Amino acid sequence: MRRSLPAIGALLWREVVRFLRERNRVAGALLQPIMFWALFGAGLGPSFRPPVPGGAVPYQEYFFPGVVVMILLFTAIFSTVSVIEDRREGFLQSVLVAPIPRSAVVLGKVLGGTALAMGQGLVLLCLAPFAHIPLSPSMLAVSCAVLVPLAFALTALSFCIAWRMESTQGFHAIMTVFLMPLWLLSGAPFPALGVPVWLLAIITANPVTYGLAAFRRALYPAGAPAVAALPSFGVSMAVTVLFGAVSFGAALALARRTGGRAAA
Amino acid sequence: MTPPMNSAASVSVQGLLHDYGERHVLRGLHFTVPEGEIFGLLGPNGGGKTTLFRILATLLRPTGGRALIMGHDVTREPGEVRRRIGVVFQSPALDRVLTVRENLHVHGRLYGLSGRGLRGAAEEMMRRVRLLDRADDRVGTLSGGLMRRAEIAKGLLYRPRLLLMDEPSSGLDPGARQDLWGLLRDLRGHDGTTVLLTTHLMEEAERCDRLAILSDGVLVAAGTPRQLKAEIGGDVIVISAAAPEEIRQGIETRFGGPVQVVDGSVRLERPSGHELIPRLVETFADRIDSVTLGRPTLLDVFIHKTGHRFFGDETPARSSGRGVT
Repeated sequence: MRRSLPAIGALLWREVVRFLRERNRVAGALLQPIMFWALFGAGLGPSFRPPVPGGAVPYQEYFFPGVVVMILLFTAIFSTVSVIEDRREGFLQSVLVAPIPRSAVVLGKVLGGTALAMGQGLVLLCLAPFAHIPLSPSMLAVSCAVLVPLAFALTALSFCIAWRMESTQGFHAIMTVFLMPLWLLSGAPFPALGVPVWLLAIITANPVTYGLAAFRRALYPAGAPAVAALPSFGVSMAVTVLFGAVSFGAALALARRTGGRAAA
Repeated sequence: MTPPMNSAASVSVQGLLHDYGERHVLRGLHFTVPEGEIFGLLGPNGGGKTTLFRILATLLRPTGGRALIMGHDVTREPGEVRRRIGVVFQSPALDRVLTVRENLHVHGRLYGLSGRGLRGAAEEMMRRVRLLDRADDRVGTLSGGLMRRAEIAKGLLYRPRLLLMDEPSSGLDPGARQDLWGLLRDLRGHDGTTVLLTTHLMEEAERCDRLAILSDGVLVAAGTPRQLKAEIGGDVIVISAAAPEEIRQGIETRFGGPVQVVDGSVRLERPSGHELIPRLVETFADRIDSVTLGRPTLLDVFIHKTGHRFFGDETPARSSGRGVT
């Protein structure tokens, strides 16, 4: 693995440079979640009455961690869509004939996506005081410790889908029916309280739920009413790390089995 | 003209087969390429060249048979093979958002180059393909020909022992082709690099040390261009006429022997063409526009070996329905 580090570094660097050169992407991936947050916060705020023990939090505050996770997911998606472009433009072929293990190819891409997602996520996280969530350095550190494995897991999962796709249109279809619900049903836009049993079952089975729970716990002191109903920090972190490991394993298995579709 | 014959085989292909479902694209290929040779695979688009190229580049597993690169099996030891080959793809495999220099730097790192060595190699290659003045331009802004040159520089960056090139001069103007061949000869002479390239261009095949003609998944001929042309012997007469088919029939009935219409011209091979020409002109005087007498070309070899006409010029025969890419 050590011999692959320069290759992984070069592929990671490439992802970041590409992203920064496409300003529309940067702006789009940042502005959309912020817009969601502002609009939903304003619109749903007055009618949001969650059965939170010990009193409700304002919707803008409740929704904020979910918006950070949304930006991680969007950035992960946008960065892995480039797998499809890489294949179409031929770049992927030349990476596949290079003397580096497939794990380095996948890691370069996934770590690149993780870095971008974290960059965007941190920009948004700095807006936390506007959601009436005070930020301390230690909260920021714990948040990063939670968000990095979550961003890694989301990027790896997105990679698995993109690897098999031949067109970006197909990817967008999958994104709408599969990746977006992962976020919708993670407790991001609404809490898993008082929901029908079938919905609760889906939310409980959704690994993103735990990433978000760990993040919420990082933002509040232990025992705060806002996080009382969530899974514990330990369980949430364990599930998130496992989610990352499984997604990466799947991405690696896919990349090893199919050297990539024949480039047309 | 004879290449330095080294006993070590750089490429050895043994009974190679490949099927796409029911379609047999490669049907049992055998050939070897000695080290230090420029070897050409000549054939029409759809003849199996690109499939063979992808197998040798470790991108595709053959259905049967073996291919060895410097003694390493492309299927069983792809890692060993990848360390030894440089690959130049037909459609440039570059990142269009990065500059030429950045592309070379990324690729160098994939091949274990770093630091000053990497920067030096990148500058050297850009100089050799005459891209230094565009080094900081994004690849996406380059013309097709310049992009191919960047692709070639990338394939040569880490001085591979074997260079695989798929249709290297497609999209290059004549000057750039000349440069490319100068570069290839230089590599073979100074570095002992072996080059295996695919081409559908006769003039390019003509420049190879040795070539094999691949048609419908089989090798129909192999040898130096000179040997191949000598197999035909005699002369080739080409007659251009308004009604070539009529002339063809006329020659066959009067003078016998096989006569073909190729690309709107009547074409025949004869041991001593110069004796036949006056009689042809006498017979068909007013119906002939011009007559040329020449030594056999590789196009004649191809027609002779396969019994059918080659194909057009630069345009890839994608629309033919037999395209294998």
